[in-house]
Amino acid sequence: MIRFSKVTKVYPRRGKALDDVSFQVEKGEFVFITGHSGSGKSTTLRLLHLAERPSEGEIRICGFSSALTSDRELWKVRRRVGMVFQDFRLLPGRTARDNVEFALEVTGNRRGEIVARANRLLAQVGLAGKAGARVEELSGGEQQRVAIARALANEPQVLLADEPTGNLDERASRGVLDLFRELNASGMAILMATHDLELVRAHPSIRLLELSEGRLAFDSVAPDASPVQEGV
Amino acid sequence: MHAIREAVNAVRRAPFLTLLSAAMVALALYVVGLFGVATYNLHQALQRIEERVEVVAYLRDGARPSEITVLEDDVLRMDEVRGVRFVSREDALEAARRDLPEFEELFVGLDVNPLPASLEIELMEGFRTPASVARVAERLTIYPFVEDVRYGQEWVDRLFLLQRIGALTTTVLGGAFAVVAALIIGTAIRIAIFARREEIYVMRLVGATNGFVRRPFLLEGAFTGALGGLLAAGITWVSYQLVSRAIFRLEWIPVSWVLAGIAGGALFGLLASGLAVRRYLKEV
Repeated sequence: MIRFSKVTKVYPRRGKALDDVSFQVEKGEFVFITGHSGSGKSTTLRLLHLAERPSEGEIRICGFSSALTSDRELWKVRRRVGMVFQDFRLLPGRTARDNVEFALEVTGNRRGEIVARANRLLAQVGLAGKAGARVEELSGGEQQRVAIARALANEPQVLLADEPTGNLDERASRGVLDLFRELNASGMAILMATHDLELVRAHPSIRLLELSEGRLAFDSVAPDASPVQEGV
Repeated sequence: MHAIREAVNAVRRAPFLTLLSAAMVALALYVVGLFGVATYNLHQALQRIEERVEVVAYLRDGARPSEITVLEDDVLRMDEVRGVRFVSREDALEAARRDLPEFEELFVGLDVNPLPASLEIELMEGFRTPASVARVAERLTIYPFVEDVRYGQEWVDRLFLLQRIGALTTTVLGGAFAVVAALIIGTAIRIAIFARREEIYVMRLVGATNGFVRRPFLLEGAFTGALGGLLAAGITWVSYQLVSRAIFRLEWIPVSWVLAGIAGGALFGLLASGLAVRRYLKEV
């Protein structure tokens, strides 16, 4: 489903953000991507979302290649790959329902279907009772759930999450992770970047990729894998 | 349908921003509007002067009526000529008495009418240039019973020069005003779109095609531009009324010019929107 092949990403000012990174993710896998700040976690996710292109190497995701997919075709990738962020990126001044409906309108659904699906998605993330609340009135955890509902609007095969619990307290973080596990159980591949080691340790069954200074330092499914290091 | 709904919602959600952008567009187009009124009135004034350009062929006293008729027919067949009017010696004296009352005494004491008969030749529009006028005058001199041909060569030359300066100034200044207006409109629309860049980001994030993202913004840009054009037409009209009543009488520009201004505002708004959205589309 995802193949990251010898990917290097160089920024003109920042230098090398990723250096010859390779890994594969199969359908229905759940993967944590960890590492220090600046280790390349967000760059990896942005590259997977094809928001950026690798300087070297190739990325294949849901049948799309970073080398062959033009900017005009990005929408096709985005409908199969959902993404959520640490800062939620919701549209301010609008309700939770508006934010989810906004995503559903993009795919040209009929109005009746949009309303029904938005309600269903909000119920799925546990926000059925807060659909009419403006996003500013919601807690951080609730806002992240709205963002997840929005990311699920196109029924993606892969969900990318960039530090989705970074702005949340422990309870809200746990709630988001439980939601991810439910989605994963239904067959969706999830790649979640996090620097929260406690969260990672609490879920030892989830595959772990550790990045360090732009290089893949550890992969828990690799034959020579050793337990996650302190100070990651 | 989504594009129209989103454009309407955007205006509804931020009416102040829409009005601010439209006001900036209006100010830019107001300058163009004022320039349009000035240009139109200058053009009309020059047109009125140009319409007075004519060639007068003075006839010898012995010219026979049949010869004059032949000349009239020949002149009317010329491409440059719109009409010919025969002025008899008596008519010429009568006109001189009427037009030059200060010389009344001079005309009263005359035993003989000193004024010759003439043909006043009116030229078609587009043939009132120095070259055309001179060409017509030149052809008339070959008739032996035509004593003299006058058309005020110096005056026609000056008028023609004035028209060319007017046309050049209109083109250069009008072009400059249009460019400045386009830049201001572009900035106004860019500011409005900057405020909504997050929406563009989210639309791209959830798989909107470029066309889907662009359409509501194009509609909104065109609407803001047209609204600005309409406002500009309104304040230009008020200014025209004030000047006409307080300083000197002016003519209002044709409706087609007003409509062109509003359409221009809409077009600039649409283009500026398209360019601004294009920039944000590349960012996600």
